[in-house]
Amino acid sequence: MMFNLKTDRSQYPQPGPDGKLEIDLETGKYLKLWQGPNHPGITGNMSVELTVCGDEVVAGKTHVGYLHRGFEKLMERRSFIQVFPIVCRVCVPEPDFNEYCYAAAVEELAGIKVPELANWMRTLILEMGRFNSYMMFLGGISGALGLGVVGQWMTYVRDLMLDRFEELTGARIYHMFILPGGVRGHLPDGFAGRMEEVLRTAEKYLADVEKVMFRNAVYKRRTKGIGVIDPKLFEPYGVTGPNARAGGVAKDLRKDAPYLVYNELDFEVQTGKDSDIHTRVDVRYRDIHQSIALIRQILQKMPKDGPVMAKIPNVLHWQIPRGETYIKGESSRGEYGYYLVTDGSGYPRRINVRGPSYTHAMALLEHLIPGTNISDVAQLMVSLHTYPPEIER
Amino acid sequence: MKDLIAKLKKHYKLTEPDYRRADLTFVTAQKDELRSLLIALRDIEGFTHLVLLTAVDWLEEGLFQLTYMLNNRAANRTLALRVMIPRANAVGDTIHDLWPTAETYQRELREMFGIDFPGSPRVNDEFILEGWTDMPPYRRDFDSLAYSLQTYRERPGRVTHDPREHMKKALYPDQKPEAAK
Amino acid sequence: MKHFDPTFKKDTEKEFPLREEMRPRTVETPDGQTIEIEPLKDYFCEAPPKVHPKAYSKIVEDFYNWARAESLWILGFGTGCGAIEMRPLMTPRFDAYRWGIQWRPTPRQSNLLMISGYLSIKTLKRAIRAYEQMQQPKYVVGLGSCTINGGMYWDSYNTIKRLDDYLPVDMYIAGCMPRPEALLAGFVALKKIIKAGKAEGANLYAENFAQYKANQKAVIKDWDMPDYSW
Repeated sequence: MMFNLKTDRSQYPQPGPDGKLEIDLETGKYLKLWQGPNHPGITGNMSVELTVCGDEVVAGKTHVGYLHRGFEKLMERRSFIQVFPIVCRVCVPEPDFNEYCYAAAVEELAGIKVPELANWMRTLILEMGRFNSYMMFLGGISGALGLGVVGQWMTYVRDLMLDRFEELTGARIYHMFILPGGVRGHLPDGFAGRMEEVLRTAEKYLADVEKVMFRNAVYKRRTKGIGVIDPKLFEPYGVTGPNARAGGVAKDLRKDAPYLVYNELDFEVQTGKDSDIHTRVDVRYRDIHQSIALIRQILQKMPKDGPVMAKIPNVLHWQIPRGETYIKGESSRGEYGYYLVTDGSGYPRRINVRGPSYTHAMALLEHLIPGTNISDVAQLMVSLHTYPPEIER
Repeated sequence: MKDLIAKLKKHYKLTEPDYRRADLTFVTAQKDELRSLLIALRDIEGFTHLVLLTAVDWLEEGLFQLTYMLNNRAANRTLALRVMIPRANAVGDTIHDLWPTAETYQRELREMFGIDFPGSPRVNDEFILEGWTDMPPYRRDFDSLAYSLQTYRERPGRVTHDPREHMKKALYPDQKPEAAK
Repeated sequence: MKHFDPTFKKDTEKEFPLREEMRPRTVETPDGQTIEIEPLKDYFCEAPPKVHPKAYSKIVEDFYNWARAESLWILGFGTGCGAIEMRPLMTPRFDAYRWGIQWRPTPRQSNLLMISGYLSIKTLKRAIRAYEQMQQPKYVVGLGSCTINGGMYWDSYNTIKRLDDYLPVDMYIAGCMPRPEALLAGFVALKKIIKAGKAEGANLYAENFAQYKANQKAVIKDWDMPDYSW
């Protein structure tokens, strides 16, 4: 005997003449839920104020600002060399992207040419950072769904990569290794061998993740067909990175606008077709394998010797003539860019950090949220891979 | 990108082009032509991606420079438009109907610089700062360190080493220190 | 580094207006009465925090302190960047669980609040609420140099410089950011203090409540909650 379950939508708010849902808060049909600064939907602090009718969210308002330090103002107070230690602290899972974008912007305006070995090492560090960020992403998406074991595995693999970072740069999280002019040091001896061990361990764990997560019936049920972003919204809402690639748009700045040594490396842009949560996670999973292959390629093709630091002027008297530039790159979350304006003094005039979550987590999220179930909000937010500090810096 | 600028110059007043890289150009546009220029760039020239919308405070000249950066992904070209608006009573034209994501950038400029964008959704809501009653913090005349010293108590014992003095002492130990100006 | 402008004076006159629904006003109840309400007044209990008395004998107090030290349950509220070095502690490699340290989701179930890194004013308001809702005896650990003297953001207008102006701190762990092993060393040091009976942060808060509250209200200008939310 089959039950005829037709959804009765008469109790939900109806769309008005302009397409927006008519919500009258006085009727008592709605509940306001505050998904506060710390919740499974985000690594970082950001809240969403949900208006809920029954089981379904009808409106959402985002609130950011819990992690605001006034970075852009602080950077104006520091001279060009004093900015570089503070720049990595904008983003925690992948700090090297900030260092690279800032260093490249300063080098472009000051007319400094970076030696070739430094470019290869920068690419290696960026790929290692991308790997780390994706590890945290996989831990986050499985944690948001309640599958905690993947988070433990991925944190362990991330720890192994952080050991390699520590060996190379001296610090686990904030490396401060890429500075204007080049990088701070050479690869230690035997680095390639130890990195190969880490990558093999990572591949073993990722094979387990595939069995435990991607073939899991509950996971498939909770992520397929949910959180769909219409590809027509990508341009108006500024969606970049794996979120856009999951919708079939092959946007990857490493191929569209190659920077560093990416035009000498051999790789493919990973795309997906249905733009739902499952595809976004799948695209990133394949991107991790791509990253692992890239790290192996870089270590193989790197020049063996050479200078790593170009000659920079005396940093106490370093003044850069008036100009402005924009450096961008493909970070693990999307298009990351630094807009630098100088005015001829020893201090930057204005530095604006363009983080990918700025466009993903604010206007796009408020557009996507109406119509989702309360239990799907967390996965939706994590699948966009938002990281709040780059929204409010 | 010189061909693009030459083509646009026939219809719009564009000055001070800066061909920074082969794929990046900055050019100054007029505020009243901005909207039609953006629509032309988006629909005809293929610059569909709004990369960023930010402001630079030129305090000495009394101007805010709004930078609208557009990107044409297929052709790998980025064009940034500089629009200068007066600092006193700063108002910009909202473009949230062209790019819905511009609403976030406009909210931030309203809160951090005090540049108003009438008509933009939620532009008067608090965005990043909570309970802020002072002047917009990203302006050049707001001094962050002075504010911090007047608001938050410090832990005693902080010592500052000026790098210039340190290097002077290290390189020229016999020289008498200069009289403080 | 640029020196500051000595002529700059911050605006101390303007008050942040309280929201309409938070002001004292007259309302009509569902059963027809008209009453005066004050939304910011705590109708359940208006008492300020009390000092937690010691047990009736020293042996019992030592036993209680041993039990509290060996089961430090941390509130899982990552206030800043330091939260990322707390995640490896939950994995078998660093394993904080062998010391009885767990992460709990709510303030009612935890007795240790770790302020991991810098605190912006917005987060400070929420951290104070979370701290006051935890039950006595409770401890606070400041992680990273931002809680000690402002750290990297010492000249920022939105981050605090001394955590112990606003919350009573029992232990600081220096670093930017401290490694997981440094965190574990900090936990061991905290346990020593608790077992010696010297971790009196919560009682300090209760005794100097007025002063802590004045410090907090001086930086949080839109105070729209009851003075003590327990």
